[in-house]
Amino acid sequence: MEIDPFIFRLSIFILSIFVGYYVVWSVTPSLHTPLMSVTNAISSVIIVGAIIAALSSNEVVIFSSSSVYGFLAIVLAAVNIFGGFLVTHRMLAMYKKKKKDK
Amino acid sequence: MSANLSAILYLISGVLFILALRGLSSPETSRQGNLFGIIGMVIAVTVTFLSVGNFTSGFIYVLIFLAIGGSIGAFIAYKIPMTAMPELVAGFHSLVGLAAVFVAISAFVNPEAFGLGIPGNIKLASLIEMAIGATVGAITFSGSVIAFLKLQGIMSGAPITFKGQHILNALILISIIILTVYLCSTQSSNLFWILIAVSFLIGFLIIIPIGGADMPVVISMLNSYSGWAAAGIGFTLENTALIITGALVGSSGAILSYIMCKGMNRSFFNVILGGFGATEQSAGDKNKEQRPVKSGNADDAAFLMKNASSVIIVPGYGMAVAQAQHALREMVDTLKKNDIKVSYAIHPVAGRMPGHMNVLLAEANVPYDEVFELEEINSDFANADVAFVIGANDVTNPVAKTDPQSPIYGMPVLDVEKCKSVLFVKRSLSPGYAGIDNDLFYKDNTLMLFADAKKMTEEITKNLD
Repeated sequence: MEIDPFIFRLSIFILSIFVGYYVVWSVTPSLHTPLMSVTNAISSVIIVGAIIAALSSNEVVIFSSSSVYGFLAIVLAAVNIFGGFLVTHRMLAMYKKKKKDK
Repeated sequence: MSANLSAILYLISGVLFILALRGLSSPETSRQGNLFGIIGMVIAVTVTFLSVGNFTSGFIYVLIFLAIGGSIGAFIAYKIPMTAMPELVAGFHSLVGLAAVFVAISAFVNPEAFGLGIPGNIKLASLIEMAIGATVGAITFSGSVIAFLKLQGIMSGAPITFKGQHILNALILISIIILTVYLCSTQSSNLFWILIAVSFLIGFLIIIPIGGADMPVVISMLNSYSGWAAAGIGFTLENTALIITGALVGSSGAILSYIMCKGMNRSFFNVILGGFGATEQSAGDKNKEQRPVKSGNADDAAFLMKNASSVIIVPGYGMAVAQAQHALREMVDTLKKNDIKVSYAIHPVAGRMPGHMNVLLAEANVPYDEVFELEEINSDFANADVAFVIGANDVTNPVAKTDPQSPIYGMPVLDVEKCKSVLFVKRSLSPGYAGIDNDLFYKDNTLMLFADAKKMTEEITKNLD
């Protein structure tokens, strides 16, 4: 009997929850704000779906009823990707260690 | 590009996202982690372009829209002040939620593009997945918008409650399930639109009764929702990168909500059902008798600190409101010049979102290895000479340990009262958000400094020289 590919995806999903659980507990509390901004940025990988949706129409009609939603989603996800990674970078750049020579 | 190759590349990008979070285990590796995240994103986007393989005029438009969104995002990221991070994150969550809704709509209207069947005959599993993605996405969107408005102060932080609120919410949640079942059996597009509309409504309704001070929990919870929405869409698109990321973000947000709830000693349901602050207000009245407090000025404070060998700073959100973090760091620099050991003690719910206070201190050039969490530093108060409380209140209240009647009883607090002397910077004797009096004000070893946090800190610095 063949296994439905859905089960494979479900397995990845469940295992990823566990990976996420252990990885996030190891994040130092002082970096919880950057954690939120970076998770925000990576969850915008949903742009993948937006791109497929936007490119779904043919050569003649670029903006069809379904691709319009794709284009809108691209803008939203792009704000998040660039905004999320950049603001995380900005925050992380501020975390400095004590100067040794003091 | 073959389907297998792109699946492997999506997996790699998922792994890079895991490494991005792993990097945050210490500030040294965090910047590298962020880079991994960016690489993962670039891989995912590139693979998608290559596997769709449609480099016609539509592709140009995709790039244009990508650039528009990207520049808006970059602009915001550079402009935003660190005090506004909670609003920013709430705003970003709403975008993820709305993007999930849009992708789900697009997949519903044009399922052929995603290989999910034809309109009116979408594969059952895919239909369930996109319904879940759209529902959770819509809840994330409207919930985050409300959280954003409350944090930004556009909407009052006071909880909005009305009779039958919980029953209404329960009915709406049940109707969402019924709608999903009917949607699957009829494939009717009307039902799909109603489902999305109802989800927007419930997101709005579940956030309005939650008070402004509970926002750390709400933001973390919406963080989690945005992850589950992404995972739902990931199942629809059969995309590993999206499924992995959704699961990571979902569990990350859930853990953060748990940590925040624990920091306030409240159960998750207690926060979600809302109305805190409104119902507990009466608790403050019973302690209304006037008790004597000792108050002092900057000169007294400077004298105490000059003669101390160790000082612990306890910052709270009030410090950020007064914009006193830079003045505070200058004061600490002066103390250090006098060979006084200084450390910072941060309560888990000190800011408006998890880790907020740490970012604000980092921005003021406070080295992160001088900043400690509650468990790390709480035993040090007994050995410290001076505790300098600035902008914090409830998190230092000894009542949480002594009075079982108190609404904050059991909440973990900083043992500030164990210090030889306590300096408490505050505008007036007014109670904190929990509406209860702070016993610390009336202790013999407490000196109240009634002033604006920034002005007081600057004056102390002057007096230290």
